[in-house]
Amino acid sequence: MASTIRVRATASGDSTEVQALIQHPMDSGFVKDAKGQLIPPHFIQQVVVEHDGKPVFIADWGPAVSKDPYLKFAFKGGKKGDDLKVSWTDNKGASDTLTAKIQ
Amino acid sequence: MTMRKLSGVVLAGLTMAVTLLAVPVVAIAADTPNPPADLKAFQKYFKDKFPKVKFEDFVNGPYSMDEGLYKQWKEKEEFPPYEFALDLGKELMAKPFKNGKTLADCFPNKGIGVRQDYPYFDTKQGKVITLELAVNQCLESNGEQPYSYVKDEMAAVTAYMAYTSRGKVFDVKIPDDPRALAAYENGKRYFYTRRGQLNFSCATCHVQSPGERIRAEVLAPALGILNAMPIYRSEWSGMGTTSRRFTTCNSQVRGVPLKPQDEEYRDLEYYLSYVSNGLPISGPGARP
Amino acid sequence: MSSSIWNDATVSRRAVLQGLGAVAVIGFTGIRFDITEAFAAANDKYPEDAFKQKSEADAIKSLYGKTAEKSDKVKLDAPEIAENGAVVPVAVSSSLPDVTSIAILVTENPNTLAAAYRILPGTAPSVSNRLKMAKTSNVIAVVEAGGKLYSATKEVKVTVGGCGG
Repeated sequence: MASTIRVRATASGDSTEVQALIQHPMDSGFVKDAKGQLIPPHFIQQVVVEHDGKPVFIADWGPAVSKDPYLKFAFKGGKKGDDLKVSWTDNKGASDTLTAKIQ
Repeated sequence: MTMRKLSGVVLAGLTMAVTLLAVPVVAIAADTPNPPADLKAFQKYFKDKFPKVKFEDFVNGPYSMDEGLYKQWKEKEEFPPYEFALDLGKELMAKPFKNGKTLADCFPNKGIGVRQDYPYFDTKQGKVITLELAVNQCLESNGEQPYSYVKDEMAAVTAYMAYTSRGKVFDVKIPDDPRALAAYENGKRYFYTRRGQLNFSCATCHVQSPGERIRAEVLAPALGILNAMPIYRSEWSGMGTTSRRFTTCNSQVRGVPLKPQDEEYRDLEYYLSYVSNGLPISGPGARP
Repeated sequence: MSSSIWNDATVSRRAVLQGLGAVAVIGFTGIRFDITEAFAAANDKYPEDAFKQKSEADAIKSLYGKTAEKSDKVKLDAPEIAENGAVVPVAVSSSLPDVTSIAILVTENPNTLAAAYRILPGTAPSVSNRLKMAKTSNVIAVVEAGGKLYSATKEVKVTVGGCGG
């Protein structure tokens, strides 16, 4: 099955820019469905990005992060061809991970 | 003539005058249908109204009309929300049916780079074939379940087909067939007819008031309005097709929507695509 | 002395896993080992309490244990009028040295803390994300730099959508 994570990591000089798009409903728990029932909260709580096995960036999210969440940041030290790993866990205990190569 | 009859006539006359005045003169046809003249007048109207907008940027709808919106759109296009639909669409195009054929097999060039050829008037079937209709005709003729017209798989497949056709321009033809001309005229008539409790026609918003706001939304110009289809709308938090937009537009003016891909919707799409000839496919798109 | 939870070096891996377990659905066995390794290595607890706070003062206090002062060295990029409250692109960056954390709050949201980012050594003090805003509200960016907190605020108007473009 396709990953829920899409990553674009580009190295330029000594800086690597990382963009990630994750497929996830990010239900806040405040929205009602067609029948008028509250849709329970279902959202990513933590995203960890690792380069060469070391964390470079950690995101702590609440349900106010948009559906199919997006993230962009940059770090030093990555090179083209290096592995970049993005992992997430959500409030229901689900998770996913993707390793992509820095371009 | 009694006073009542006279006032009735005056009222009718006034109503007609108001109706005529309410719609730009450019939109009203001459007595003989003349699509090329319509196209020229239609495109000139928008170019004159927005002299600073580059012709090909009309396909970006409200984003070409408002700077604040443009900036937010550009940020989202960096990694657009319709990415997932594209992947699903590519998958579905290649997934074999029970009989071994695929969706791609139904289309010229395996469905790559052909979005701008739809809709077209099929002289054999005697009707306008839109991309969405073509997809479901393919599924049904191969013994598969057709997709719902408004979202999910249909949006994913049409998104992928639009994506592989980006940059190609609409070149909708009206063949020398009275039925084709009738379909075009039918679509045009639909476009300019008021409907619903709010009594708006498509033109009320998209010809009279593009760039202006209706409540909090900035209106898109009718020129190029289908080029970005299907769209990921923030409002829907998801993808929607041309069928979805037509039906929801009808509901929003408090009218009763037609069924997706009803003849009038297909004819409407035919008209709108024709008058946008020369504009590039930009879909799938993101919209507010 | 208050220490930010971000710098709590004594959080054991067991505690992290317990923390994760507390939010997991009972009976769920799908957490992959390599992912839990990553989160354990992150050596960090999810600031659940901070995300429950209603006021920005309480959220910041829960997250950092201190208060922030306004600074023009915190740059907050957000639209004047959001195209749609469901997806508002917000970016924060800072020219301050030694940035260790960036948090973004939306004051009129039911729970004000939207997101918090740990800027690990070697990572640029800047992040872009897309947030939900319930209505017109102040968006506050908080940056932890050199152990102190700095902030910037911008009002973003959120309107009820009309009939679409």
